[in-house]
Formats: sequence, C-alpha cells, structure tokens
Amino acid sequence: MSAVEPNRSRRPANSPWWRGMVAAAVGVAAVIALAVGAAVPVLTADIPLAKRRSTYEQMSPETKAMQDEDTANPGMLWVLDGEALWRATAGAAGRACADCHGEAPQSMKGVAARHPAYDGKRGAPVNLEGRINICRVEQQKAPALGLESKDLLALTAFIARQSRGLPIESDDERLKPFIDDGRGIFERRQGQLNLACAQCHNDNWGQKLAGITLPQGHPTGYPLYRLEWQTLGSVQRRLRNCMIGMRAESYAYGSPEFVALETFLMWRARGLPMESPAVRP
Amino acid sequence: MSRALINVPAKAKRGEVIAIKTLISHKMETGFRYTNMGVPIPREIITAFVATYNGEEIFRADLHPAIAANPFITFHTVATESGAIEFKWTGDNGYSATEQAKITVE
Repeated sequence: MSAVEPNRSRRPANSPWWRGMVAAAVGVAAVIALAVGAAVPVLTADIPLAKRRSTYEQMSPETKAMQDEDTANPGMLWVLDGEALWRATAGAAGRACADCHGEAPQSMKGVAARHPAYDGKRGAPVNLEGRINICRVEQQKAPALGLESKDLLALTAFIARQSRGLPIESDDERLKPFIDDGRGIFERRQGQLNLACAQCHNDNWGQKLAGITLPQGHPTGYPLYRLEWQTLGSVQRRLRNCMIGMRAESYAYGSPEFVALETFLMWRARGLPMESPAVRP
Repeated sequence: MSRALINVPAKAKRGEVIAIKTLISHKMETGFRYTNMGVPIPREIITAFVATYNGEEIFRADLHPAIAANPFITFHTVATESGAIEFKWTGDNGYSATEQAKITVE
C-alpha cells in the first residue's frame, strides 16, 4: 500500500499538484464575479446624496468607541508626532511649518476637507500629502518626505485632525476634468476579476462580500488607523489594497491616476463630515 | 521614543470604580516574520505592563507576540486616595517607558 502513497519529498519540483489548486481558485473567483455580475445588470448609478453614509456607521460599537475617544484612538499617536513635526525646523530655509502657518487649529482648519485641491501652477489637483511635500521642497528647502513614510503620515494626520467634523468640500470647477478621470477609473472594469470599484461601492454597498459588509467607500477619515494594518495609512494605500484584491495592477503612490481617483472620491463624498484620524477594522 | 495616551479621570469620589485606559506606540514585532530576502526579523515586543497607585501595584499584564501593535490596555480600579498612578512598560532590547497621571479623590 505504501508504494502508491504519494510522497511529497520525492515529487519533482515541476510537478503540477498545485495547478489544481490554482484552477480551483480561479473557478471560485469566476463564480464570485458571476454572482456579482448577475446581481448588477446595469452599471452603474451614483448613490443618491441623501443615502450616502460613512463606513463609520457600519462599524462595531467597540471600533466606534475607539475612534471617538482621543485617548483610545491610535491615530492620535501620529497626530502627536505630527504636532512635533509642525513645530520643528527643517531644511535649508531653517523654517518650521508653524513659522509661516502659525497655530494649526486656526490656519489648517478645513484644509484637509478641500483636498485634493486644484493647483494653478501645476494645472492639476494636489492631495494633502502632495501639498505638504510642495511646501517642504519650495518653502522649507527640505527634501520631500517619502509617500507612506511615518513622518508624512504624521504631518498629514495632524493637519487632517484640524478638519474633524467639517463637511468635505469639492466645488472648484477646475477640478471637473480630473473628477471625470477619477470616475472613469472608478467605473471601469479592471483586473483579473474584471471588477469595477462601482460594482461593490455603488451597486452593492451594505451587502456581504464573504464576512465583510461592503462600504460605500467614502474617504472621510484619512489618514486612518486600520486595525488590519496595525498602523496608519493613506487613502492611496487603501486604494492599492482594493486594486490588489481585484487582481488589478495598482497605480503608483502619488500617480496622477490615484490623485484623480482621490479627487473623484472626495467629490463623491462632498458634504460628509471629516473624521480624521478615523479607525477602521 | 514611544508616545503614550493615558486616560485617568482627573477627579473621582472615594470608593468609586474608575476606568483607566492606556495606549502606547510600539511595533510589537512578533519574531515570526521574515524580510522579503528571507532573513528572520528578530522579536521586539513589550513583555510586561505594570500600573502602581501611590506606589502600590494595582494591575500587571504579561504581553506576548500575538498582541497587536500599539497595545491598548484598559482596566478598572477603586479610587482610594489622591495621588499619582504610574504606568511602566518594559520589553525586548531593554525597552522601557513610563507615564504618570494625577488623580484627585474627594
């Protein structure tokens, strides 16, 4: 009997035992795609303004409590770091953010709620991380901070914190072509699963995808502390997650595509209150 | 350097049960992970947390690799007298952090 038992250690390296598993996985993916496709004959209608809601409302009471209380919200650790950076001089100009902008609670109030904002000099929208780096390079004469680096997330979190509770604004006419670009990405099927963002986040929000409840996907609380990440991350990191989940090739951090998508998502979330730094499961 | 967030009520009535919440920044590297070059990442975690109330130990916890980054520890105690509640976290590679909060008991 033992002679016919498969023996893993003697199996040649190019043996196709795993190919069956890949085929099965692709099959499952196809079933998921079909199931979603079947539920969505028409792609795709915007969520009516009155029905839009933050993902906060779908969270457990425990996670909500964590976000609501500043001494329980881990995002506040980054806000404290960001406040220190705000006051620290940097670069050849020997200036701190505070030297020009003064007290952030006044000067930065509402700033995060209207980013990405149109930058006339560049003829394109700039997100909050981009704005901070422009200021560092042009005003402080300091090197730009790495995207998703701890310091940039900390400064972004500190600035975004000053907009907490304020409604997201997106009423600059010059943003229109970029919002349209972002909408194009949002509604286009992509990746090996052939999914569009809109299929989950417009057409099936509130339904289950395996164990999770699909959110509408409004970027109200970035940068946010995601329990799964065990750290703070930007909206672009979250978008990258989603694209990998769709088995699409992700855009690079800071790329025009991601900024356009971010610009569209903020337009789509206009009027919803900012929650930064939010907590998500 | 670690940052910590402490929530202790500033005032309490004598005999009242109060909630104490602590959150500290720490990566809590498990020791089970590898870099993308296959090199093991050494363990670096907080291993112990102790709270003392005017010098008397009121709460202690041992931490292990399965505990998430930025550990959030909350517990209850009885407000007995005014003074200071001290918190101490210790861990791998000589890690140590302390915080203190004052409480007034009436």
